[in-house]
This record gives sequence, C-alpha cells and structure tokens, in this order.
Amino acid sequence: MKRKEKYKKIRWKWMVPFYIMMIPGLVYFLINNYMPMAGIVMAFKKIDYSKGIFGSDWNGLANFEFLFASGQFGTMVRNTILYNGVFIIFNTVLGITVAILLNEIRAKIANRIYQTVILLPYLMSWVVVSYLAFAFLSNETGFINNGILEKLGLTQINFYQEPKYWPWILLFVNEWKNIGFSMIIYLAAIVGISKDYYEAASVDGATRWQQITRITLPCLKPTIITMFILSVSKMFYSDFGLFFQVPKNSGILYPTTMTIDTYVYNALMKQNNPGMSAAAGFLQAIVGFVLVIGANALIRKISREDAIF
Amino acid sequence: MSDVMSKQGKIMQICSHIILAAMSVMAVVPFWLLIAASFSDTNYAVAEGYQFFPEVLSLDAYEYILRQWAQIGRAYLVTIVVTVAGTAASLIIVSMLAYGLAQEKLPGGKVIFALILITMLFNGGIVPQYMIYNNFFHLKNTIFGLIIPNLLLNGFTVVLVRNYFRSSIPGELSEAMRIDGAGTFYIYRHLILPLSKPILATIGLMEAVSYWNDWNNGLYYITDSNLYSMQQLLNEINNNVNFLANNSSMLGGVDPGALPTATMRLAIAVIAILPVLAVYPFFQKYFAKGITMGAVKG
Repeated sequence: MKRKEKYKKIRWKWMVPFYIMMIPGLVYFLINNYMPMAGIVMAFKKIDYSKGIFGSDWNGLANFEFLFASGQFGTMVRNTILYNGVFIIFNTVLGITVAILLNEIRAKIANRIYQTVILLPYLMSWVVVSYLAFAFLSNETGFINNGILEKLGLTQINFYQEPKYWPWILLFVNEWKNIGFSMIIYLAAIVGISKDYYEAASVDGATRWQQITRITLPCLKPTIITMFILSVSKMFYSDFGLFFQVPKNSGILYPTTMTIDTYVYNALMKQNNPGMSAAAGFLQAIVGFVLVIGANALIRKISREDAIF
Repeated sequence: MSDVMSKQGKIMQICSHIILAAMSVMAVVPFWLLIAASFSDTNYAVAEGYQFFPEVLSLDAYEYILRQWAQIGRAYLVTIVVTVAGTAASLIIVSMLAYGLAQEKLPGGKVIFALILITMLFNGGIVPQYMIYNNFFHLKNTIFGLIIPNLLLNGFTVVLVRNYFRSSIPGELSEAMRIDGAGTFYIYRHLILPLSKPILATIGLMEAVSYWNDWNNGLYYITDSNLYSMQQLLNEINNNVNFLANNSSMLGGVDPGALPTATMRLAIAVIAILPVLAVYPFFQKYFAKGITMGAVKG
C-alpha cells in the first residue's frame, strides 16, 4: 500500500514538469486554432464588434442569403476549385518529373546547383513575387510589352485590365514559385528507395526507363497519396498571396482571380462586411472538413495502409 | 545489351541536364530583370521599359532609398526585431511542447498530439481569428500583432521536432541523467537542446524566413506606419506608388514629383530580398534534411 503511494508520488513528480513545459504551446493552439474553430458560429450572427463574437445577436441564415444573393459566390467557388484542381495535377506531375530528372544527374555539383536554384523562388514572399511579375507584365514599363511585343510590332496587352490572361499567368507563377518545394518532397522519397531494387533490376537487364516506371513510380505511391489527400482537403482554400498580390487585387480581374480567400479578405477588411465574410469562411471550413474525411475514406478503400487516420 | 543500356542512360543524362538547366534559368531570370531594372536610369526605364541589359544605368533609386532611410530603415528594423524575437520564441515553445509529446509514457500525450494534428487539417477561418486577436487580445497596432497570429507555432513543426526527439535522442541518456539526480528541465536544457541542434536549425530557418516574408499579419493587424515591416512597406507601395512621398511630405520631406518611381519600387524589393538570399545557402541545406527527417512516420 505504502509502496504504491510512493510510486504514485514519483510518477506525479515525473509528469508535472512535462505538463508545465507544454503549457505555452498548448495555450497558443487553444487561442490561435481552437478559439477560432468555436468562433465559426459567427456565420449565424449579426456581428457587432462592441458585443463580441458570442455576445452578438443570432440572425439565422441571413449572412448566407446575402452571400448567395451577391452573385459572386458562384465565381469564387468555381475559381477556387478549378485552380486547385489544375494546381494539384501540375504540382504532382512536374514535381515528380523534376525529382526523377534530378535523381538521374550523377555529377554532384551540377545536382546541387540545379536543386538550389530551382528551390529559390519558393523562398520569396508573394509581395516580392508580385513585383517580379509586375516587371514583366506592367503596361508602361513591363518587359513583355516593351521588350517583346513592341519590338515585334504587335499591339500591347494591358494585362492588369484583361481577365482572360490570368488563368495562364496564375498557373505559371504558381508553378514557378512552388515547383521547388514539390520537387524536394518527392526527391526525399526517391532517395529513400532501397538501392537493392535498382541493382537487382539492372542485373536482370532493365533499362533506366523501365527502372523509373517499374520501381521509382510505384515506390512513390504513398507520398503521392499523402500529398493528394492534403491538397484535396485544401480544395476550398486558396493561396491568398497568389490570388491577392499577383493580380494586385484588381477588381476588373475578379472574374478569373477571385477565390474564396480573397473574397473573405475583401468583405472583412475593405467592405466592412464581416457577416458575409464569416459565412464564406464557414462554408470553406465545413466543405474542407467533409473533403478531408471523404478523401481519407477513399484512400482507405483503395489501399488501407496509406490512409492518414 | 549493356551497350544499349548505357546509350539509353546517356540520353537520359543529357535530357535531364537540358531540362533542369532550362528550369534553373527560368527560376533566376525574373530576379535578373528585377535587379537590372532597379539599376537602370528612371527616364530610360519609363521610355524603354524594364530591360535585362539597360543601356543607361543609374543609382538614383538607391540614392533615393538612402534619403528615405528614416522610413525604410525603420521597416527594416521592425522586420529584424520581429524575425529574431518570433523565431526565438517559437523555438523555445516548440521544443518544450515536443519534449513532452515525445514521452511515450506521459498520460494524455496521445490525445494532445491528436488535437495538434487536427489543427493541421481544420481551421475556423480568418474572421473569428481576426476578432479574437483584435477584440479580446487587442493586438492591433502592436508588435505582437506581427509576431503572434499564425506564425508562432504550427502543427507541422511540432510533429517534426517530436519525431526527431523520439528517433534521434536515445532514451537511455536521459534515463542515466535522471538516475544521477537530474530534473526534467535540467535534462531538457543540457541534453535535449544540445542534441537537437540539426532539427532546431532547420525549423529555426523555416520560421525566420516565414517571419521575414510575412505580410499577412501586417495586412490585418497593423495600420500604424511606424510598425510597418519591409514586406508591408512593399505592399503599401504596390497599392500606392506615392506612399513614401505622401508619408514623408507629411513630415515635411521631399517633393513627390521628383520620385524615381519606376525604378525605386524595384530597388526596395531588391533590398528586401537580399537577406533571404544571404541565408539561402544554409536554408537549402537544412531544408531538404528537415523534410526527410519529418518524413519519418510517427
């Protein structure tokens, strides 16, 4: 009996310091992540800053009605989903391709240089990227207009006024910035594949190409699936920086550049309409939740061991 | 047979080199344009546009930055303070939290870990978060508004550090120290931290770059131009080319008409990316390692 008590005391003495050290981090997650999760009820309230989140009056579905009536809801959902779909495909295919090519390069210095340089754009903030894009696209001083189109005698293009070019520009800019990251993820997975497979294959006379399609790609499957689930679960979210900074939040471009996130920002900070903003955020969170569960369930069915939970 | 193989191997090598070299050039070209244009003469830039090899060079844009150093230097200082303080706080909080989570026998550890994983998949959105920080905690127009929201801690780094503690620091070492009478915090301070330098360097660099590059928090929480970071300053100039001139003429400064606007904004962008380029070689080395370490499933 006494011994058990002593053991308990020691156990508490062992446990408590860990809990104390964990407090700052846990408090942070509580404030930064869990309180906003509870705060999504704001979507059903008539938000009054003086009364706060939970003190504001309920107003049913009015925020959603305003949101749907605004006529922008369809545009932002379509843009968000289409861009994400295209980005997922391009990031995966390009990332894997570049990683495989890089893995083929035997010269160490060249390998390192390629890796370093291709990852560089990933390190730039979206504000800086918008400056880089502006240097090419600007009407008065941009390189495309003044260095190419004018020299060729073609009419200049006013990029920041013409929505039809933006799907291509945004796709290009997104890949330019993010391909290095995608490459590193897949390269890490490729490097982890056992060398024995390749040796056995080349003893059996497999060509490099066969080794890639029969060994490398199948071994990448778990990584591809994990990345896919993560991307699909973010299908309703967009990279705010890409869609806000690069088109310079230009209203005339909204038909092809507005996503749910840029709408949420503009409604909250520019139009001072937190209700509609919260409603859009609510839909985003709910659809995101459903997508994570759904994507995981799908993967579970296809190959159980690759599911995240 | 082996002849065919090596031939195919050679073709693969050459193709890989060509494609990767082309991609590398594409990655660098925009920076070249930015830097070349920032050194071109203003009138030339207005007449001919930004060129890769400007024919008339000038340092006007950079001289202008020096003249405006009161504002730009302040933004630089704010960015440095935020980056250093934020990264240091983040490393301490993350390592303490991950240390607890790495203890397999700690009651509740699994539940807490699951709750942290949930934050990686779901969030409540920016509107409630904005109201909480703005109305409950009054972070608006304080330096904490730049440091605390979203950047201080995220689930991914916690998982990374916790996995590292579990896989790379032998439990026997801390057991031995405990038998010698060392307490939990002492072990953390004198064993865990020194042994986890590689992972702390990795996430430290990641945190530092995300603090340096952040403009989101500024956008939401800072309206006082004394607290503008470099990125937010760039963002303001993007929205309003005359931001600096207006701001300084209010303080009795320069004539807005004489601004080298076409090249000055690019020069400020160059100044903002220089420190990132300086730490980049270190970052690149640790970054690839960090991703590999994080890939250890746990």
